Amino acid sequence: MPEPKKYKRVAYYPGCALEGTGHAYNRSTKAVGKALGLKLDEVKNWNCCGAMEVKNIDPKLQTYLSSRVLSIAANQMNHKVVMAPCNGCYHNLKKAEYDLTHDPDSRKVVKKLSDKAGHQTYEAGQAETIHALDWIKEAIGEERLKSLITNSLSGLKVANYYGCMYTRPRHIFPEKDQGPGSESTSQPHFMDDLLAVAGAENVNFPLKTACCGGAHTLSDSDTSTKLVLNILRAAEFAGADVIATECPTCHSGLEMHQIRAEKKFGEKTNVNIMYFTQLLGLALGLKPRKLGIHENISDSMQMMIEKRILP
Amino acid sequence: MPIHEKSLIRPEDLKTHEHLEIDGVDVSGHWSTFIESRVVTDYNESLEEEISSLPGGEFIHRCWQCGSCTNSCTVNAINPEFNPRYWIYLIRTGMESELLRDKDIIWQCVSCNKCTYACPRDVFPEGVMKATAHWLELQGLVPKSPSMHFDEIFSSQVIQRGKIEEAGLIWKFFRRTGQPLFQSWLVTMSLRLASKLPIRLMMNLGFSSVFKPRTRGWTRARLAMEDYIAERQQETRNSLGLGSGNAKDDDVQSKDYNDKDQMRSAE
Repeated sequence: MPEPKKYKRVAYYPGCALEGTGHAYNRSTKAVGKALGLKLDEVKNWNCCGAMEVKNIDPKLQTYLSSRVLSIAANQMNHKVVMAPCNGCYHNLKKAEYDLTHDPDSRKVVKKLSDKAGHQTYEAGQAETIHALDWIKEAIGEERLKSLITNSLSGLKVANYYGCMYTRPRHIFPEKDQGPGSESTSQPHFMDDLLAVAGAENVNFPLKTACCGGAHTLSDSDTSTKLVLNILRAAEFAGADVIATECPTCHSGLEMHQIRAEKKFGEKTNVNIMYFTQLLGLALGLKPRKLGIHENISDSMQMMIEKRILP
Repeated sequence: MPIHEKSLIRPEDLKTHEHLEIDGVDVSGHWSTFIESRVVTDYNESLEEEISSLPGGEFIHRCWQCGSCTNSCTVNAINPEFNPRYWIYLIRTGMESELLRDKDIIWQCVSCNKCTYACPRDVFPEGVMKATAHWLELQGLVPKSPSMHFDEIFSSQVIQRGKIEEAGLIWKFFRRTGQPLFQSWLVTMSLRLASKLPIRLMMNLGFSSVFKPRTRGWTRARLAMEDYIAERQQETRNSLGLGSGNAKDDDVQSKDYNDKDQMRSAE
């Protein structure tokens, strides 16, 4: 079996959320990487990418913040690839790459700020940004992953939820929509592919790329609750036991507004919510604690025992 | 005839007749609803120029009103009054007073970028929504939205320390917008977390708000960004003819948002 060589060792950018509410995602990503024999070098002394907020103060400031992370990975650590599991970070690093490639004004601002801040300016093309999904899919490949599955997720029905920032806006993801093998922006399938290999049954879930209202999760909570409720209901209607997530904002949004919908609108939903790395980790035979499953607000242990995925 | 986007017409301008005969022809039913004609005179001729001078609004001139943005809009699906296509039309034709009817909901764009994905003309409607919301605030036509408060507190934390500490962020946001911290769903969520792992909750709420996560050697980056923001904000005010702003009010500018302030709010 030819073993793919790409992405065996990459720079790892966890981002702020993965040190806070998304801690379980951080843990499970690292645990899965370790189990698969992939090496993650955390970006040294990283900073926030700007998330969804800084661009509303000034878009070029966000480009600078993201470029600093890329600059450290490329110039100080000599990495050609940065892996960001958070959709927000992934999106912003991609956006910075796009802006620095196409917009001279962004290049000027980033150069000025980098000089003043005292670090090397990131130049477009120095590093490639990938998501945790690309990382596992490219570095391991489905065939090899299949041979490593020791605890099949068979019998588990999964709704794969990708959110907004993984596919939109399309222009910042030039590698997507490039035909067979590449990711699709309208019907993303990388998470489906990986979890299918792990033995799960992917349900037909129409709201894969719907919005959870993450940007206004606290400032316009009623809107977010309605949007999340749509997603939860659609997943239940499709017969899913669990919604697999790949973004800490989506994940905590779904968990939080599941409770809020029940408390505020009396709308109870029972579908579980887990990071895709947690599901993958279980299939690789890792212990739930190592994957931070006890840290999720949505309690999926019982379901896992009922499905005989956990003893 | 059915009137499309009926919500765009003021109720007082819609005339419906149960039974109506015109020139001896019975026009009851579908044909019985008419829109009162009106004359618009109060155009703001610089509206499009002003909004396109703000970040995000640059490409509004490309719009040819196909409606793909509204059709794909996440917020429109739960509130039909939220209509990016229509607002772009009003901005481009300078109908400011019409636009102001919706001034309190424009900030509700969730930045999902479905419109940007759907737009065949690369107008970047998401950016236009942000620019419009920003313009309304700069002109003093609306109070600062909760979303803008959040963006400011968040950005200020990033500029000050390089990293985000979520508990402090939520704390400060709730305090600034006058929301109670003890909301039933928030309490339930915290209790559920606490029952599973009290240590982690304490870490999140207590530990990290005392020993805040920060990027080392951030001072130079902070100063560079503060200068840049001050410069940009002045440029924006100039382009709208607003003169020098009172930057002190602005959280992104003010240096009073320091760690002491955070500690007090955490107590």
